[in-house]
Amino acid sequence: MKLHLALAQINTKLGDVQANLDKHLSLIDEAKKQKTDLLVFPELSLTGYVLQDLVSFVAHRPTDDDPVFKPLLAASHDLDLVVGFVDEDSRHRFYIASAYLSGGKVLHVHHKVYLPTYGLFDEGRFFAWGDSVRAFDTRFGRMGMLICEDFWHASPPYLLWLDGADILLFSSASPGRGLGDNEKLESARWVERINMAYASMFTCFVAHANRVGYEDGLHFWGGTTVFDPNGEELVHGPYNEEALTYAELDLNQLRRTRARLPLLRDERTGLVRSELDRILSRD
Amino acid sequence: MIDIDLTINTDLAREILTGFIQSEITRVGFSRAVVGLSGGIDSALSCVLAAQALGPENVLAVRMPYKASSRDSLDHAQLLIDQLGVQSKTIEITDMVEPLIHLDPEMSKVRKGNLMARARMIVLYDQSEAFKGLVVGTSNKTEILLGYSTMFGDSASALNPIGDLYKTQVRQLSRALNVPAPIVDKPPSADLWAGQTDETELGFTYEEVDRLLYLLIDQRYMPQEAVEAGFDEKFVDLVVSRVRRFQFKRMLPPIAKISNRTIGYDFLYLRDWGT
Repeated sequence: MKLHLALAQINTKLGDVQANLDKHLSLIDEAKKQKTDLLVFPELSLTGYVLQDLVSFVAHRPTDDDPVFKPLLAASHDLDLVVGFVDEDSRHRFYIASAYLSGGKVLHVHHKVYLPTYGLFDEGRFFAWGDSVRAFDTRFGRMGMLICEDFWHASPPYLLWLDGADILLFSSASPGRGLGDNEKLESARWVERINMAYASMFTCFVAHANRVGYEDGLHFWGGTTVFDPNGEELVHGPYNEEALTYAELDLNQLRRTRARLPLLRDERTGLVRSELDRILSRD
Repeated sequence: MIDIDLTINTDLAREILTGFIQSEITRVGFSRAVVGLSGGIDSALSCVLAAQALGPENVLAVRMPYKASSRDSLDHAQLLIDQLGVQSKTIEITDMVEPLIHLDPEMSKVRKGNLMARARMIVLYDQSEAFKGLVVGTSNKTEILLGYSTMFGDSASALNPIGDLYKTQVRQLSRALNVPAPIVDKPPSADLWAGQTDETELGFTYEEVDRLLYLLIDQRYMPQEAVEAGFDEKFVDLVVSRVRRFQFKRMLPPIAKISNRTIGYDFLYLRDWGT
């Protein structure tokens, strides 16, 4: 089985949801013409990233009576979508969120579980912390979504793997930093290294959509990637410019790789649990 | 002494910085830039980046000599103007600052220098309105950290593409972008009085201080660790205290909070809000 994936590394207008929605819809049209099965947008693709006091103004609920999600859900009859947005729950907590839309329905919403609040980041000041990491079933198999800092930690991808995800969809709004004499930024090299490592260690597909553009002095570097279950890079989008990057995922590769390399079969989850229990019960 | 390498990939630096200028100017409805061209390397680099980002016809380079300014400064600025094909203007500031200097025969060199730097700011912001272009800053990371600037003078700008580059990195990028050799090679000077050079005034070279600042700021070394890495203790103390003492120059003035929501504390939006 083949999955025709597209990753949209876009620039956004900070706080202008309507303008960003229009851009989503036009890229959806473009991807549709290329017979795309699944189109993934970056973190906070509908709102922009450094929202600060804009958070409550740009929040939406992923329902079919929401003016932003209504057209997106309608579009999801033609191809599956992952969009980034600010989710407001019924008690008015705001989350950095990704929604997986398919066949006019919301299949899954992930709330970012790691909010970087250090260095140049201040997410914990403005957002609520998500508290679950769950895989979910799609028409292409079981998947998992994580947002930026979520996969800087090893445990969320590991949990998704154990929960049955064979395709990991990562989205970011990653500010570029660390310019040395290398042709890539330190932050880009770091992210590419760990994504390749997850694909290799979990013998799964890892797709990453990162935004581009600037917000004040911050620069987002793009560089979308897809790695296959052997840890090989299937595609690599350009740096620093908007692009739709297409990848054909041969889902049979999961079987071939795992027949050779049964890391999933041999993973000793009971051992992990007993050691975690011991570690967590220590004074 | 430990090995400290400040080398940057100049292609990537150029790409990010021209993208920054392009984005931050066009998103607010402008397409043009104004740069005060002193004849020195920092403003030369900002001017090259602006010309590459916006096209030379959309950049106005302004030379603003004072009667005591060196002839070299003017000539070097002209070299770059000719090389880039940017638009240019020369506006003398002597008539602006002289009346104030005459009011106080005791006026120190530093005060005169500050007057000149602020007169140039006035000219640039006036040209900004006339040319419909934003003022592109020319302060590098070294001088911002050391507070080696005049507040509301040379530090004033609408956006600054080179403020995260140390002076030695400014030199590296300038060479890569073909800034004329006389500009890259001459001793850095604010040219506020005859014979002034940055390195004499500061008491150390940019080469030395950039390596130390890189450890203290970028690599988060404690001062004592920098000493252990091979830097002279007095030099470390001097630089650490300068960085702290001039924090005020890097900030907007604090507003006294009395309401529930105060600009700067809990009224928080990026400048790029809505764009």
